[in-house]
Amino acid sequence: MTRYVIAAIVFWCLATVPFLADYFDQSYLISLTTRIMIFALAAVTLDFILGIGGLVSLGHAAFIGIGTYTVAIFSKYGVTDLLVIIPVAVLASGLFALITGALALKTRGINFIMITLAFAQMLYFGTTSFSALGGDDGFSLSMRGTVFGMPLLDNHLGLFWTSFVLLALTYVIFQTLALSSFGRALGALKQNSEKMESLGVGRRQLQLRAYVISGSLCAISGVLLANLSGFVSPSSLAWQRSGDLVIMSVVGGQGTIIGAVIGAIGFLGLEEYLSQLIEYWRLILGPIAILIALFLNHSAGSSRRHG
Amino acid sequence: MSYTLLAVQALNGLQFGVLLFLIASGLTLVFGVMNFLNLAHGALFMVGAYLAVFVYQQTGAFFLAVVLGLVAALIFALMIEVLVLRHFYRRDHLAQLLATFGLILILNDGSKAIWGSSPQSLPLPEILSGSVPLIDNLQYPLYRLIVIGVGLVVALFLYLIVQHTRFGMLVRAGAADSEMVSALGVDVRRLFMTVFAAGAVLAALAGILAAPLIAIEPGMGDNVLILAFVVIVIGGAGSIRGAFVAALLVGLVDTLGRSFVTDLFRVVLPPASANEVGPAIASILIYALMALVLVFRPAGLFPAPGRS
Repeated sequence: MTRYVIAAIVFWCLATVPFLADYFDQSYLISLTTRIMIFALAAVTLDFILGIGGLVSLGHAAFIGIGTYTVAIFSKYGVTDLLVIIPVAVLASGLFALITGALALKTRGINFIMITLAFAQMLYFGTTSFSALGGDDGFSLSMRGTVFGMPLLDNHLGLFWTSFVLLALTYVIFQTLALSSFGRALGALKQNSEKMESLGVGRRQLQLRAYVISGSLCAISGVLLANLSGFVSPSSLAWQRSGDLVIMSVVGGQGTIIGAVIGAIGFLGLEEYLSQLIEYWRLILGPIAILIALFLNHSAGSSRRHG
Repeated sequence: MSYTLLAVQALNGLQFGVLLFLIASGLTLVFGVMNFLNLAHGALFMVGAYLAVFVYQQTGAFFLAVVLGLVAALIFALMIEVLVLRHFYRRDHLAQLLATFGLILILNDGSKAIWGSSPQSLPLPEILSGSVPLIDNLQYPLYRLIVIGVGLVVALFLYLIVQHTRFGMLVRAGAADSEMVSALGVDVRRLFMTVFAAGAVLAALAGILAAPLIAIEPGMGDNVLILAFVVIVIGGAGSIRGAFVAALLVGLVDTLGRSFVTDLFRVVLPPASANEVGPAIASILIYALMALVLVFRPAGLFPAPGRS
């Protein structure tokens, strides 16, 4: 129950940002919070498979990248409507998740981490050398997204509320999934996969389904990100971003779903603060990551077993 | 495409593969024996290169830079082991991932803070530069041949140590069943530290050998790390032989792919589209290779015994 109270408080706080920004005349707060919510969405999708399912994916930036590049490809043909772009991005991302997930889930433990990372890197290099979409230099969007043809995302507030609603929806979807029998079976597989398999639960099939759901919805984050920056480049799927997402989804409490939103707020808030303070702010983030690792709960699953 | 070009690119691929082997062999042992995920392994490649450049900038002596660079990298790696990594050997992979990711952040930004983000270089001395004629009209840079030679010699040494010494036996036993090894009374902590130190020196050696050939810049270890992962997945975790075969395979496929895929596409596509599609396809070839191996042999080509 407390989880819902916390969730309500978090979303209420996010919703007050535009009013606070307006009152204190700090409009950058709106774009900062939009950015936070966009990555929170991605972190929520990751928390579902990582925190609940114990599937440590170090390649989630790839799904963000599929979202951003879907926007770029459509904008080349003058299509900007989110009602077209989001479903296509989700489908494309789901397909990528299905193929790479099926391969990665043939293995366990460390191999799963390495393979998800490698396939994400494949997409990264694919985009850097694909000259039709700007290659290394990226691709500037001429128009922001529309909804039903209305230029909803042209101003900061439109994008803010679109992101807010989509984050809230994603939260509800994954919170519901976490409590469903599907989510419970996924969690039980993390605790004791041999027992579950002897009970007749197909490990690979169940985990693959979770991975595809997580990866496909993560693309929404990329669609929003492209609209926020007005620019699409391979850096949106750099592998460090996948590491950042792991930190975000873990630090707020693994598998709590709302914890991923809190983690994103904390992480990106800290990034914003530190990067203004010193140029080499990752020198401070690094030790923080090590400390988080040190104090992570010791009983997290059975991954000590051979890979 | 001429045969001379093919031969040159094959040698380049071999040289790249040999470097990959130096990196992947240490990583696969650390992973196999200790079941430890070390994302910071690529950063050790970078640290090796930077330390050599540092010594070179102070002294101007190339060979001294190589030797002192290696020694400094070893000391540095042991420091990291004692300060950070040691506390994560018995933890789950997620904790290891976060801790070593944190290390990468520190090392990348640390080198940026010290040396700046503009690339550094390690110039070759007179005697190592220049080319040697291989066959009639084929000239090949001497230094690249030396890299291939050093790599092959190290590979041979590793093979002999792992297959024919008591220490190697412990390493193999550890890769197959580390719990049993510690139950038999082996000082696992010392074994771990030795394996880690050996892996770190190999990674630093690769960094130093590569330093005259590539730009030395922050983050240079990251791509190398991911390539080493691809090598390990293809070769089979914990296996030196697998790492060797897979590293050469990845080196050759990547190098030859980048030089010839676009040409091949020109056969079936108009030149403009071939120029667009070719490089993109070439850049993902090795990942396709990894996918192929996963389909048919999920445990890799040469899995260590006891793993499947």
